[in-house]
Amino acid sequence: MSELHTVNKSPYEKSSFDSCVGYAVAGSAILLMEDGVYAAMQGGATEAKVKSAQGVKFYALGPDMKARGLSEDRVIEGVEIVDYAKFVDLAEEHSKVVSWV
Amino acid sequence: MSESIKKLMYLNRRAPYGTIYAWESLEVVLIGAAFEQDVSLAFVDDGVYQIVKGQDTAEVGMKNFSPTYFALGGYEVTKLYVEKESLEERGLTIDDLMPLTWEDEDDDWAEKDSIRLVSREELAEVMAGQDVVFSF
Amino acid sequence: MKFSIQINEGPYQHQASDSAYMFAKAALEKGHEIFRVFFYHDGVGNSTRLTTPPQDDRNIVNRWAELGEQHNLDMVVCVAAAQRRGIVDDGEAERNGKDATNIDPRFRISGLGQLIEAAVQSDRLVVFGD
Repeated sequence: MSELHTVNKSPYEKSSFDSCVGYAVAGSAILLMEDGVYAAMQGGATEAKVKSAQGVKFYALGPDMKARGLSEDRVIEGVEIVDYAKFVDLAEEHSKVVSWV
Repeated sequence: MSESIKKLMYLNRRAPYGTIYAWESLEVVLIGAAFEQDVSLAFVDDGVYQIVKGQDTAEVGMKNFSPTYFALGGYEVTKLYVEKESLEERGLTIDDLMPLTWEDEDDDWAEKDSIRLVSREELAEVMAGQDVVFSF
Repeated sequence: MKFSIQINEGPYQHQASDSAYMFAKAALEKGHEIFRVFFYHDGVGNSTRLTTPPQDDRNIVNRWAELGEQHNLDMVVCVAAAQRRGIVDDGEAERNGKDATNIDPRFRISGLGQLIEAAVQSDRLVVFGD
């Protein structure tokens, strides 16, 4: 079984991102959405955590990045930018969705 | 209803009273108990504050819903996972939590602890084995 | 695949309802089934037909109602959460002696069992919240 986790809070405001990373077992994925997309950006406090998460694939929701003026060029290496259609695919491909609201 | 029993986990990460999430989440657990699924609760982050003992809401004018957690055992909700790291971060130990128990009818109604103190790593494995995780 | 969606927050204050709508729309466009959309906590506020946003903003309630109409969605508002927050349909008005209703007719008020049933009957439950 592999899980899709979603994080919708800024890592600078809430602990959801850290908690989620702690619960993401190898083979699972984390989708950063809404204010969670700030965790996908280079140079911030989350970069090392994203890069060191073993066997966990990170995604960021493109429409939320665009809305917030975040450039795709500055996304942490390895984070894949997706749209809502791909969000649906990810929910389908993983055996369940865990929301870190 | 359903052909098979699903493993349902309620993920509790919020403190009580400051917001209504904890109380309304507990309402779902109580209603959900009638569906005879394989239910467990996870208390993580501020969620551990939900089951701290000694809650008294008289002076804030809100309903104290903490006694309701004692009813869970009677509804066969007997697996309450508490994350050790979250407790420790908050300066709490298991002795600060309500002594929640259930009676095991297969073991001559022996009283057993509902709270299972587990590490984040252990709870992550339990969560990975669930079919559905509810978040509130 | 059969999805169900749980929405924990009201319109406008949080993005939760917007994200859920975009997800639901994308899922339907892909030919998936939405078994149920369940509105809980302040999420029950997504169902009041009295919402009147400025003309240049989206109307979140109407948008759900239209999607619901178009795809015959089962959009359920939790009764206990609705009672607390003053979301009322004809039945609730009569039972509780209220002099008005405010729910959009595309939504229906029902019990929490509907959320559990949705979780059990669907392949995936996706939660949108604060």
